[in-house]
Amino acid sequence: MEHREHAVLSKANKTKELRFTKPKINRKVLLGSILPLTLLIIWEASGRMGIIESHLLPIPSVIVEGLYQMALEGTLWGHIGTTLMRVFAGFLIGTFTAVIIGSLVGYMKIFEELIDPIIQAFRSIPSLAWVPLFILWMGIGESSKVILIAVGVFFPVYLNMVAGIRGVDRKLIEVGKIYGYTSFEIVSKIILPASLPSLLTGIRSGLGLGWMFVVAAEIMGASKGLGYLLIVGQNTYSPDVIIGSIILFAILGKFTDWLLKFIEERSLRWQDSYANQR
Amino acid sequence: MLSVEQVSRTFNKKQVGFSDVSFTVKEGEIIGILGTSGCGKSTLLRVLAGLDKDYTGKFTWEKEQVGMMFQEPRLMPWLTVEQNVGFGMKGDSNSTIQELLKLVGLAGFEKLYPKDLSGGMAQRTALARALVTEPKVILLDEPFSAVDAFTKMQLQKLLLSIWKQQNTTMLLVTHDIDEALFLCDKIFILRGQPGELYETIIISEPKPRDRGDFKLTTRKAEILSLLDLKQTV
Repeated sequence: MEHREHAVLSKANKTKELRFTKPKINRKVLLGSILPLTLLIIWEASGRMGIIESHLLPIPSVIVEGLYQMALEGTLWGHIGTTLMRVFAGFLIGTFTAVIIGSLVGYMKIFEELIDPIIQAFRSIPSLAWVPLFILWMGIGESSKVILIAVGVFFPVYLNMVAGIRGVDRKLIEVGKIYGYTSFEIVSKIILPASLPSLLTGIRSGLGLGWMFVVAAEIMGASKGLGYLLIVGQNTYSPDVIIGSIILFAILGKFTDWLLKFIEERSLRWQDSYANQR
Repeated sequence: MLSVEQVSRTFNKKQVGFSDVSFTVKEGEIIGILGTSGCGKSTLLRVLAGLDKDYTGKFTWEKEQVGMMFQEPRLMPWLTVEQNVGFGMKGDSNSTIQELLKLVGLAGFEKLYPKDLSGGMAQRTALARALVTEPKVILLDEPFSAVDAFTKMQLQKLLLSIWKQQNTTMLLVTHDIDEALFLCDKIFILRGQPGELYETIIISEPKPRDRGDFKLTTRKAEILSLLDLKQTV
């Protein structure tokens, strides 16, 4: 008897849980999609009624149709793949160097005095100004594009890394000293995990810049990639191709950012923050 | 065990800190360091722990293994309770960690993160972490000043039981006279700015002591007059 009562109780609990979580997601999706859906419908309708001239702004169904055709022909995947590879490679290189240099600068005074001024000086150069030089040095091949993206990714990651390390609680470092930790152990076991929240913020904004710079790099000269599609669209008077690749950029950017956000939430569950409490 | 010879550490043109402190500590003793705020008692502990290197004078530890517990728990927020306890260990030794967690009454809370702990639980975790390397000496810097009265008494008892089990030498910085009277064999009174070792009080009552003991109460009056609170208030 008691057993059954328990079973009933746990079932009741379960339904209660479901009732609490499910509508929350639905509500969020519903509320968030009202505005974009309305805009889409107005856009489609006014295009079909001829209020908007279709050679300037094609209607959504035409754009989707165009993307669909390219996907069927198979050319679309090549463009997406190339762009993704460039962003990925540049992102990795930029993040990696930024973490290493940032750790050194943040942890050791001598490196800060040596390296930080020159990095700050380089930071004030708008990164796109490098493009002609990189093309001159490395041609319009992959390396100049990847390096440009890496440069874009480098700065936010570096700045956040240094700021994160500087903000590490001295009291935690003292705990390591009590246990006779070496400098390397203090960096790897205390400073790096403690500055992780700041680093992840930097990585996310770095990725955003990476997407910005891949567009720049591909517009400057490429034979493949989503940025190249933009130029093709411009030269062939086909706004649907341009808008199509803009949409793809948005989707890919959002997706990669979501991936990072997912990792961030996973690895920062220990944080005693407002976001973890909600 | 430990001998300190004329150690000084001052800041701000010798206004703060302590100067010319000498004493010796025998193995298994519980030493209390009492003083009003600003007399350098925490600084003294930091110097002895090796956290502050800008001192003059000389001190030698007979055995190197020193554990320390701070006023705040100072747990790594990204580590769980058991990982925090094992923080100072080289290599893996889960059984020691589990044993210690049981000793400090945290069995069953191994997987929690510090953000989910109460103040007392966090401080108990910190105590377990200080004990995990089986140190011969534990330095305690006002370890229970931030927990409530009941938890404080519990933790003091816990400290005594650890002392009984392992005969650990302890140096306890505190501003709580009752705490010092309950735990310590010797009490050093620091006074002045910079602080100087003013008086050593020996309490020979066997431990554990009764908190309401009449003898202790008279000692308390003695300490209060030694601290000369009128001057600082």
